[in-house]
Amino acid sequence: MTSQHTLQARDLRLGYGEREIISGLDVDLPPGRITCIVGPNACGKSTLLRSMARLLVPSAGAVLLDGRSIQELPTRQVAAVLGVLPQSPVAPEAITVADLVGRGRYPHQGWFRRWTASDTEAVAAAMLATDVLELADRPLDELSGGQRQRVWIAMALAQETDVLLLDEPTTYLDISHQLEVLDLLTDLNRQRGATLAVVLHDLNLACRYADHLIAMKGGRIVAQGTPSEIVTESLVREVFGLRSAVVPDPASATPLIVPMGRHHITTPAPS
Amino acid sequence: MSSGSADASDTNGSGAGAKGTDGVQGTAGSGRASDAGDAAGSGGAAGASGAAGRAVTAGARDAAVHDAMARLGRVRHRALVRRATVGGALLAVVLAAFALSLSTGDFVVPLADVLATLTGGGDAGTQFVVLDLRLPRALLALLVGACFGLSGAVFQALLRNPLASPDVIGVSAGASAAAVLATMVLGLSGIALSVLALLGALLTGAAVYLLAWRKGVAGYRLVLVGIGIGTGLSSVVSYVMTRADVTEAQGLFLWLTGSLNGRSWTHFWPLLGGAVLLVPLTLLAARALPALQLGDEAAGGLGARVEPGRLAMLACATALAGLATAAAGPVGFVAFVSPPVARRLLPGHGAALVPSALVGAALVLLADYAAQHLIPGTQLPVGIVTSLVGAPYLLWLLARANRVGRGG
Repeated sequence: MTSQHTLQARDLRLGYGEREIISGLDVDLPPGRITCIVGPNACGKSTLLRSMARLLVPSAGAVLLDGRSIQELPTRQVAAVLGVLPQSPVAPEAITVADLVGRGRYPHQGWFRRWTASDTEAVAAAMLATDVLELADRPLDELSGGQRQRVWIAMALAQETDVLLLDEPTTYLDISHQLEVLDLLTDLNRQRGATLAVVLHDLNLACRYADHLIAMKGGRIVAQGTPSEIVTESLVREVFGLRSAVVPDPASATPLIVPMGRHHITTPAPS
Repeated sequence: MSSGSADASDTNGSGAGAKGTDGVQGTAGSGRASDAGDAAGSGGAAGASGAAGRAVTAGARDAAVHDAMARLGRVRHRALVRRATVGGALLAVVLAAFALSLSTGDFVVPLADVLATLTGGGDAGTQFVVLDLRLPRALLALLVGACFGLSGAVFQALLRNPLASPDVIGVSAGASAAAVLATMVLGLSGIALSVLALLGALLTGAAVYLLAWRKGVAGYRLVLVGIGIGTGLSSVVSYVMTRADVTEAQGLFLWLTGSLNGRSWTHFWPLLGGAVLLVPLTLLAARALPALQLGDEAAGGLGARVEPGRLAMLACATALAGLATAAAGPVGFVAFVSPPVARRLLPGHGAALVPSALVGAALVLLADYAAQHLIPGTQLPVGIVTSLVGAPYLLWLLARANRVGRGG
């Protein structure tokens, strides 16, 4: 999988009904890289991701996959290149892990095409990569939150897309499972050259795992670039309205944001 | 990110790491341990699977994928065997119930004679009993049950709600209201009545869909709107019934309970024609069901055309329920209980559409047999028996939903 698909947004306007969330936005996801999108609640980051995944029709502008508007491409053709893991997918009652991961093969199956060895191979590879093979015949509802999230990611991997968009894949997971998921996504990026865009809540994990960071506020992009280039105390103040200290992460040398509230602060505020 | 040395120390199982990353490695490590223990023959490959992402040679990964494929193949094979076994058993039950309906009754025809008659032999008396009286009725029961079972299975899987069946969300009530109005106001009967009942079901389905529409249709809203419309239509039925004279009301009431009494070939052929068209269409539309069951967003991500797909399935399921209602009246609870029975026989096997149809067929055949012979000398409407089975299940479902906190 060396083919590098491009995903871009041009002059994108998005909203729900009357309310416009995003008014004119240009985004380029760097191919073969991990892009993290951060920003405060209701800044439009999930809305942006959903529109880039073709789940939301823009009121103006376009999302371009390899230069062509994804709204005009056939759905299955898009789904063969571009996968998405929504924030809260639902699982049918009593579904088994193997069944759920197998559903990732949906775009590769036509109306009359039956299950083939290549489908099994994709599912097997996805389950190995996410370490859920042992759970194959277990019902999903018996698993822990971390295991369940790995199964959903396996489903997205089984789709075998070069571009994968994930909306807060680490929410509701404890810290060790959060790292597990992000490590897995990094593996995917490094081994298969997949282009990833991930909406993340945790700024420090975003700084550590992102090749490209997009900081959003109020429906627009405040800054984008490598985390080391763009993350500063003033950016954190501008985007989150938060005082902080930005120091080098002792583990990864990426920016580490130390947030400061009103209490327990021994360094005085500058000015 | 994790270093190689942390990984090595952790696989020893010390587990009491002080650093945050150790917890991660511990989880991966324990997964690896169970992996190796479980699949004894593939220790090397299992090790590679857990270590995916760290330096793995392409050869080892191919071997791991190969092993995983074999394993998934076994899982899949077991599932197929189970599905075939349950399907075969259900088919056997349907055939047994069918044979029972043809051979027993006021006048017992031995199975050998039934077979002889079906293949063109037998004397005139047996021919009349089997071919003219019992066969059309049994075939009607079978098809009506299968249509209701399939319809209910599609509704419940698609709307992710065990309460979502055509009898609960107003489709049957729509067919009933149309039938009652057709009889009382237009003076129709027979096939014309059935056609109007079918139209009533389709119109009600369309109304429920449109009223529940808000940039797409969510399962819960559709069920609630359907219950509301169904209640309204039931009151229309009640009102018209109060205006009817006694004989008319009695005939209508029999139809409204769901009955196969006095059904003949003239009722069967339209049903067969409709089913031959609708059952394959429904199964074809349901190809999108595995994606749609994961929620609209995941389904969209998988390339399913969410709203057209849902509309196609709802239309097919509504038409199936309308077709069955037109032939036999709203036989209560068949569409409601058949799918959960099928799903319980095949847990974790998806929506179990065909098994639900088989359960529905067996249910109506057996219920109609019981309705004919339970009380000697009296022919009950089949809907009474199916409701006796279905009502306790509904109560149990509501009680359970309240207990686990998912009910309304």
